[in-house]
Amino acid sequence: MGIRAHNVCKSFGSFVALDNVSVDIPSGSLTALLGPSGGGKSTLLRVIAGLEVPDHGRIEIAGEDATALSPQSRGVGFVFQHYAAFKHLSVFRNVAFGLEIRKRPKDEIAKRVRELLELVHLDQFADRLPSQLSGGQRQRMALARALAVEPRVMLLDEPFGALDAKVRKELREWLRRLHDEVHVTTVFVTHDQEEAMEVADEIVVINNGLVEQVGRPDQLYDRPANDFVMGFLGPVTRIGGQMVRPHDIEVLRTPEDGSLRATVTRIVRLGFEVRVDLSIDGEDAWAQVTRAQASSDNLAEGETVWVRPIRPTGHPLHAVG
Amino acid sequence: MGRGPGLGVGVATLWLSLVVLIPLAAVTLRAGENGWGGFWAAVTAPEAASALRLTLGAAVVVSIVDVVFGTLVAWVLVRDHFRGERVVEVLIDLPFALPTIVAGLVLLSLYGATSPLGIHLAYTRAGVVMALLFVTLPFVVRTVQPVLAELDPEMEDAAASLGAGRITTFRRIVLPNLLPAISAGAALSFARAISEFGSTVLISGNLPFKTQVAAVHIFGQIETDNVTGAAAVSTVLLVVALLVLVALDLLSRWGAKRA
Amino acid sequence: MPEPTSPRGGRAGRGGGPGRARLLLRAVALGYLAALLVLPVGLVLWRTFAGGLGPVLSSLADHSVLHAFQITAIVAVAAVVLNTFFGLGVALLLARHRFAGKRALNALIDLPVAVSPVVVGLALILVYGRFAPVGSWLEGLGFQVIFSLPGMIIATVFVSLPLVVREVQPVLVEIGIDQEQAAWTLGAGRFTTFRRITLPAIRWALAYGVVLTLARAMGEFGAVAVVSGRLVDKTQTVTLLVEERFQNFDQVTAYATSCVMAVIAILTMIAINVLRPTSLAEKESA
Repeated sequence: MGIRAHNVCKSFGSFVALDNVSVDIPSGSLTALLGPSGGGKSTLLRVIAGLEVPDHGRIEIAGEDATALSPQSRGVGFVFQHYAAFKHLSVFRNVAFGLEIRKRPKDEIAKRVRELLELVHLDQFADRLPSQLSGGQRQRMALARALAVEPRVMLLDEPFGALDAKVRKELREWLRRLHDEVHVTTVFVTHDQEEAMEVADEIVVINNGLVEQVGRPDQLYDRPANDFVMGFLGPVTRIGGQMVRPHDIEVLRTPEDGSLRATVTRIVRLGFEVRVDLSIDGEDAWAQVTRAQASSDNLAEGETVWVRPIRPTGHPLHAVG
Repeated sequence: MGRGPGLGVGVATLWLSLVVLIPLAAVTLRAGENGWGGFWAAVTAPEAASALRLTLGAAVVVSIVDVVFGTLVAWVLVRDHFRGERVVEVLIDLPFALPTIVAGLVLLSLYGATSPLGIHLAYTRAGVVMALLFVTLPFVVRTVQPVLAELDPEMEDAAASLGAGRITTFRRIVLPNLLPAISAGAALSFARAISEFGSTVLISGNLPFKTQVAAVHIFGQIETDNVTGAAAVSTVLLVVALLVLVALDLLSRWGAKRA
Repeated sequence: MPEPTSPRGGRAGRGGGPGRARLLLRAVALGYLAALLVLPVGLVLWRTFAGGLGPVLSSLADHSVLHAFQITAIVAVAAVVLNTFFGLGVALLLARHRFAGKRALNALIDLPVAVSPVVVGLALILVYGRFAPVGSWLEGLGFQVIFSLPGMIIATVFVSLPLVVREVQPVLVEIGIDQEQAAWTLGAGRFTTFRRITLPAIRWALAYGVVLTLARAMGEFGAVAVVSGRLVDKTQTVTLLVEERFQNFDQVTAYATSCVMAVIAILTMIAINVLRPTSLAEKESA
């Protein structure tokens, strides 16, 4: 039940949302479409769902050409950022909706809905209205609703974007565990790289309507295809014209091969780690060192140090996915 | 997103054309039947001109009174709390719900020849104005009420903390924020007042040159088969109404900018 | 700092109870409403029953009066049904789609409210009258529009055209398309989605629009006065009857029927005041 997008193009007026985008999402995987706002990832998701019609390109779902199919017939489960709860229906009726449309017998519906509500821990709330639920609960209901009709793929559009930080973290783990149990091909859109790295098997980085890189979280972090991916997925700083991860910088008391002279402008202790702000030839940079190192080296403001990247990053050998 | 709106637009346009557009176009065409000269003559004929003058004049007066009293009523409904408030709230919609001819009858019985109060406004221009005040009452009230209710009370608190007394606060803080809503209500009042027919028929006695409003005049012209004349005066009313609609649109944009 | 008293009342009364200014404003406002609305209507209700209940009931039982009520009912209900369909359709079009001429359509919807009822009647006669282009063609097919019910229905449709659209449209815009799209992904076709998801979401706004339309339709006078020919026992509505009876010095019947309309109006006002906040809440809960 994989998903394939071939050469998808979509513009809104003069704004190009997707520029010849192709992705291949393996069956049963949990994939993140990651990128900045307005980059095209939601558009791609909606094209896959059939909620947007592309100007060019093809969509295949489970090996079938789905490009001409309406959203009703694609067998996709879709979860919206703002839940799209049916406000006038109870939680039970919301989850049952897809099954009622398909005219399933009442007891079958009741059984399936109860199962799903237990799965998402909302069985106590079956008779409540969505307005009586919290945001996190509404989203769990939306997930149950989408799963009820046994979709071939699950598509989630910034599912946790409208929730606050604590709930977001909880639901992230919960989504991962759910996927481990249910194994439906799942694609979710997010602009939060931490979320993508924590949850997804594979990440597709999309920016300005183009795919920047595809790969596992560690691949994208350690071997980014370009500056954009590097900067988006983790902290970066510039040393000697190169983009480097602050925790990949060696701070030395004496000059060594390949090191540059720098002045410590500020030291901030953040729990276990220490952030060292530097000035190198008038340019600002920063390095992340451990407390142990900071104290053993006696780092202090105003001091002169020498810095160099621990391993050269540059551009990796892997091509963009 | 599936089929486009084409069919729907087509049907809507067809329906609108049959019911609204073509008939209105027919009025303007008929008005111009005798050319620009004929149109002008029909509109400036003594009775027609008098009716138009009365109508426009009365509408202006009524709009002004509506602005003052409408704002006042809205203020009292929003800011004041008293027993029977809900009843008054419901009452404001009476002119929307009551047929205009019944409104006319009702006013005539209190302020006409058989008035128990001794006030006799039948066959007078004051009677016409009163009828128009009745039917236009809700407009300013209903446009101002929600804006007044949404007004940030902290603005007035800030003004008070800066030394502004009640009148000053009203004049400089509240009123300017109500202005778009008041103007919109006034425009609606005006448009309604120039078109009004039913409520004026009884109390005005329909005296040409004295209490005959434009709509009544047009009616008379239709009945006496001077359809072209009726169409001419109708066209004037239509043009004025259109101008008011444009003004309303501009006012709503002005109001939106201030929100 | 002591606040000067002002003729414009304000918030949070100072000291105990409302100030003089506030009471004055209240008195003026209520006095205006009493003089303009309450007293006149009250007087009519009182005068109607001045001669006792008997004359009132017998005048209402007059067959012309009953016929007039029947005509009003037919015309009003027909207009409400037509405008509900049209209103829903146009509201959906304007709220959910983009198309050429959308702005024009949007502006035109408000047009009927600004046209004088008498002009409406004139306009319809010029197109659908016996000797008018469309009218004469229809006449040839045996279908009379003017001086007959169809014309009265069209006239009533005209004057109440925007009411349903303008109530439903903003709610449709506010609730957005997410719920509908969610229903699509769950397998619901367009009509099913409309029936099960969209309609329940706008039901109070729709009800409000329908009540407004019904009230407007029942109260219509000027336009039907022109297009109906005011034929007693044939095309005479209740409003036309009131005028005709009054002009013929049959005060009892005029007052009695006015009284009935006033009672209907009061029920309408109550319905409006229940439905208006509910439909606003519908918009806000989106």
